[in-house]
Amino acid sequence: MQKFSLIFCLLYFGNIQSQNTISGKVLDENNIAIEKSHVHFSSKSASTKKDGSFLFTNIPNGNVKVLITCIGYKSIDTIIAVNKNLEINFVIKTKIEALKEVAVKHKSNYFNLSVSEQKIKEKTIEKYSSQSLGNVLKEVSGVSILKSGSTIVKPVINGLHSSRVPVFNNNVKLEDQQWGMEHAPNFDVNSAGKITVLKGASGLQYGGDAIGGIIIIDPYSIKIDTLFGKTIMTMESNGRGGTISTSLHKGNFCDWSWNVQGSLKYFGDRESPDYILSNTGNREANFSGDVKYMGKKYDFSVYYSLYNANIAILSASHIGNVNDLYNSINNQVPSVIENFTYSIKNPQQKVQHHLAKLNYNYYLKDGELITFQYAFQFNNRKEFDLRTGVSDSRPALDLDLMTHTLNADYKLSIDSWDLKSGAMGSFQNNTANPNTGVRPLIPSYNKFDAGIYAVFDNHFTDDFSVEAGVRYDFSTIEASKYYQKSRWDERNYSPEFDSFIVGDFGTQWFTKPNFTFHNFSASIGTQYSFGNDFELYANLSRAMRNPNPSEFFSDGLHHSSGMIELGDLRLQTEKSNKMNLSLQKKWKGLRININPFLNQVEDYIFLKPTGFETTIRGAFPVWEYEQTNALLTGIDFDSEWKISENWQHKLMLTYVNGKDVTNDDAIIDMPPLNINNRIQFSKKEWNNLTLELQSEMVFKQTQFPNNNFMTLIIVDGNLSPVEVDISSPPPAYHLLHFYSDIQFKTSKNTLGTLGFTVYNLLNTTYRDYLNRQRFYVDEIGRSFQIQLKINY
Amino acid sequence: MKNLNKKNIFFLAIAAIALTSCSNDDNPVNEEELITTVRTTLVGGGQTITLTSRDLDGDGPNVPVITIAGNLAANTTYTGAVSFLNESVSPAEDITVEVEEEGVDHQIFYQMATTLGTFNYTDLDLNGKPIGLNFTLTTGNAGSGNLTVTLRHLPNKLAIGVAMGDITNAGGATDAAVTYPIVIN
Repeated sequence: MQKFSLIFCLLYFGNIQSQNTISGKVLDENNIAIEKSHVHFSSKSASTKKDGSFLFTNIPNGNVKVLITCIGYKSIDTIIAVNKNLEINFVIKTKIEALKEVAVKHKSNYFNLSVSEQKIKEKTIEKYSSQSLGNVLKEVSGVSILKSGSTIVKPVINGLHSSRVPVFNNNVKLEDQQWGMEHAPNFDVNSAGKITVLKGASGLQYGGDAIGGIIIIDPYSIKIDTLFGKTIMTMESNGRGGTISTSLHKGNFCDWSWNVQGSLKYFGDRESPDYILSNTGNREANFSGDVKYMGKKYDFSVYYSLYNANIAILSASHIGNVNDLYNSINNQVPSVIENFTYSIKNPQQKVQHHLAKLNYNYYLKDGELITFQYAFQFNNRKEFDLRTGVSDSRPALDLDLMTHTLNADYKLSIDSWDLKSGAMGSFQNNTANPNTGVRPLIPSYNKFDAGIYAVFDNHFTDDFSVEAGVRYDFSTIEASKYYQKSRWDERNYSPEFDSFIVGDFGTQWFTKPNFTFHNFSASIGTQYSFGNDFELYANLSRAMRNPNPSEFFSDGLHHSSGMIELGDLRLQTEKSNKMNLSLQKKWKGLRININPFLNQVEDYIFLKPTGFETTIRGAFPVWEYEQTNALLTGIDFDSEWKISENWQHKLMLTYVNGKDVTNDDAIIDMPPLNINNRIQFSKKEWNNLTLELQSEMVFKQTQFPNNNFMTLIIVDGNLSPVEVDISSPPPAYHLLHFYSDIQFKTSKNTLGTLGFTVYNLLNTTYRDYLNRQRFYVDEIGRSFQIQLKINY
Repeated sequence: MKNLNKKNIFFLAIAAIALTSCSNDDNPVNEEELITTVRTTLVGGGQTITLTSRDLDGDGPNVPVITIAGNLAANTTYTGAVSFLNESVSPAEDITVEVEEEGVDHQIFYQMATTLGTFNYTDLDLNGKPIGLNFTLTTGNAGSGNLTVTLRHLPNKLAIGVAMGDITNAGGATDAAVTYPIVIN
């Protein structure tokens, strides 16, 4: 929520009268007249004419309250002493400018003053129109991606992911079952206007559990009083499909504005350099829109978005027992390769996410703001599997997750002080449909959360400021779960958790496990500018994350990974202490940012292989959620170098080292060293031509725990022991990507941009350590992309 | 537009609150295609030998219980059949029927040291490829070893050797895999 502040200039003329005439103009900073802005003089109001002029007559002597509002501009709210006729010209500033005005040398509209935020702009987001949120986020140093195939992509910030990296869409925390590795954020990148990445838990206003970091997505918002639209069409050769996204934005009559956006995505099977990745197509149909009313002292908005996706899961990744896994790893060739098709078969996922919110801002006085927000989210996830004797259209997993969230926030700025404080409450219900014929991995549950926070900051000088905040969160969860009695005994839950048992169903216990948590989180930091364009950000944060339902309650077979995953009711809250430093230096054409960090995570929850269970399907490795003390250290580096007027170089480096301190071992699934180099040529005179070559170097992960295990496979009819290598990371790889775009004017009011991109230019065959399907297939090969964007 | 959206949201919110109160967890999930039992019956040499592997807790921690009713005779031809049951429900469900109906998508493989015996399929799916619910086993000389019976879902029956009972190139996913220790006298 931007601060409204006032900058205006007055010009006085006139003579003495008791009833006065007030006239003047409303102009922008460039002296251009603004039509239809609202001018209020005590109880009278008027809209400005085409030349920006207004006129009030019969204004009595005295102090008169003046309010000038226009969408896209900062309001002016002041009191003028009237004792004669006046001609006043008001200069109102656009909000974009306004932001810079608030704190000249400080960051504006920041989420945390003491953390160097990294932003992804609209133009970059547009490049990824046909891809997923995770892919876009890779544009930020320190962010890697965790994939399940090519379409399910999760962001990893400084080595951490899933419930450690909450995603906020338009100020609402996405509640979309993102606990699982194969559940990507349910979000359409085309509805994002700007994405900010906060590494660490320092954004206390967003929650106290972001041990990895926070992703904040702001929708495109209109800044000017006009109607315009944008359409992006993207065609891709790999997957032989495309995406179309259209949006319309309107700022109207100064008080009302609205935005609508929709996108469609349609892809068939992707291809690796050597074979078709059978059953890897996807479809999406998404919508988002909002209506906003800007009143004199308040604004009010209604927002709704729908994400609707159908994602095929690679056929070759559906395996039976550990023998299948062994064969797949050792053969290095997928077990299923069919001809290209657009059709999607089982296994597949169908996901829908609805988000609706109401937001109300009330500006009490200058620098003081109250916000109320209610958000409703409904997420339905259906996972379909290959099943014998059951119709293909019947899901094996069907979860309805519903979340209501209420927020009340208060902001105050006095002199150099800023205060942000607020309270939130949320209720969540998960319903696991019992008619699937499969015991659900995630049980039905009810969860209630409440939190309060306060964050202070002070700009002591232009070069030095400090921010500190605290937060308290309460959480309680009650699940309804059936445990096989054999599992209950194997987990040794008796007698410790016998009080959870509420029913006896022969071979199963019906239980109602419930847990309550009280969490305290805090953040303190500073921003300091010194020397010759040096800037230092330092932040210490403490965060606490409760075990999620999957970590508590998982109990069953994961077909995609061929393992039995076991949760643990004994898990404790995860606690993190993170130190984040960021040093920035600017030279004339060069800017660098070095960002080392240290994250000490107490009771870090992770999956650990603990042995075997033999079932009628054969043997399966068992992975249990366990806790250890982890130490994550690393460094992110990025630089931008303007070599000459036309040439630019960008470098990005991400490194993280994860250590299991308790067991003196490495932490699994840590992203390996990653170096990204881009060289860009751009020339304004040639229709804004931009050419870019990107080199992406991903090293081999050498720090990994050895989780290999022995199993018996049949050789010539006899059982013989073999080692299943699930630990060794794949070799390093190097990819080249090419981007280009050019702008052209199609008519007076429309601007077109044509882009041509080649991903994986050399058609390199590779596998990635952070892809769950690396056991089965190679990554996708070369893809040509043509993108046409029209602004109108 | 604004009013419409507001109405929708309130409606959704009310519906949501109403829905939360009717979650259905009164009964445990009925696990339908669960296979708990693989029973292999061999008839020959004047006797019927039944080999059973039973795992009543499915994916649960308990190991399958194997029951072998008798030893095989050397150099004898047995007529064999295999059945897949879900005995976690009462009455037990016979999944063999579904395997047969979806015969095109399933195949059963028998693995044993070749010195102990060889298998031949005696049934066919709609495409003229074996399913493997029925077979003959011709035992070799006396000895002991293991017989592994594997039910594969969506195997590639056209791959080399698969129709002859060689699992190596079969692909697909394993629905059931049991190993019986056997003795041939």
